Amino acid sequence: MIAKLYQWLIAGSILLSIWLALLVDYVQSDMISQNKYTIFMIPIYLAVAFAVYSAAVVGYRVATFNNCDEAAVELQQQIKEAREDLKKKGFVFTER
Amino acid sequence: MASKHKYSVLLPTYNERDNLPIIVWLLVKYFSEGKYDYEIIIIDDGSPDGTLEVAKKLQEIYGEKRIVLRPREKKLGLGTAYIHGVQHATGDFVFIMDADMSHHPKFISQFIEKQISGDYDIVSGTRYAGDGGVHGWNFKRKLISRGANYIVQVLLRPGCSDCTGSFRLYKKEILERLVKACRSKGYVFQIEMIIQARHMGYSVGEVPISFVDRVFGESKLGGHEIVEWLKGILYLFATT
Repeated sequence: MIAKLYQWLIAGSILLSIWLALLVDYVQSDMISQNKYTIFMIPIYLAVAFAVYSAAVVGYRVATFNNCDEAAVELQQQIKEAREDLKKKGFVFTER
Repeated sequence: MASKHKYSVLLPTYNERDNLPIIVWLLVKYFSEGKYDYEIIIIDDGSPDGTLEVAKKLQEIYGEKRIVLRPREKKLGLGTAYIHGVQHATGDFVFIMDADMSHHPKFISQFIEKQISGDYDIVSGTRYAGDGGVHGWNFKRKLISRGANYIVQVLLRPGCSDCTGSFRLYKKEILERLVKACRSKGYVFQIEMIIQARHMGYSVGEVPISFVDRVFGESKLGGHEIVEWLKGILYLFATT
């Protein structure tokens, strides 16, 4: 499989050539010539849409990131248990 | 559920004197409760705080069959620690996890059951899916973590929700093959392991885990780590 970089470059150059073809009237159509400005702005619209989408996804995932409070409490309890049991087995804890 | 397999846990340590006895105790507890055959391989990289002495004491308590010591002279990096450890592993499956208790051994039976359920080559713990999560992280840390994960998902499409996670179960020969194929270091090493695994056609299962940030000692996340991470991601982007 080819590297991700080349996949992006291939997809990017295909989209770029389609966009340029529309922009320089390589394809003749009234609809295209009437909407030149919109076509010119497409990459910017796409970039903004992608940025908004990314921010929304990351924001949602940060907001819904579980706080494992019970796990931390359980661990603290088990650390005590472990220390007591290990002391019984002859382990000496040296305090820093 | 008992299993006919043997599980070797690779525990690379550096200055984990306080954490090591607890993590070993927890591993013994959960492996025994699940009636699994296991060994814990401690790879200490010459910790100046006396981690190795602690490990020796634990070996006396639990026996040489369960606790195996494979120390190294100095800090040599995670990838080589796995190569070093796996050479001495007698199990057919290998767990890798952090020794700082951010990875709780209570999840090992879920990893094992998941592995058996789909005959997965790798089972990876995930903080980002299902009931997975983190404890002790502020908003900024969560934002960096989620943001970094999003960038990895978009650029590298690794087919795994938590690629930086280093709590995993591997089939032994697959871990050996993967470690040799990977060249990255640090956080990026774990990502490359999964990407290489996908390229080689191995299957990856996931288990949600709770990640409790280091109880003893400090986590490392500064400007330098972020720059190194970025370089590593771009390297993988260009080469894999």
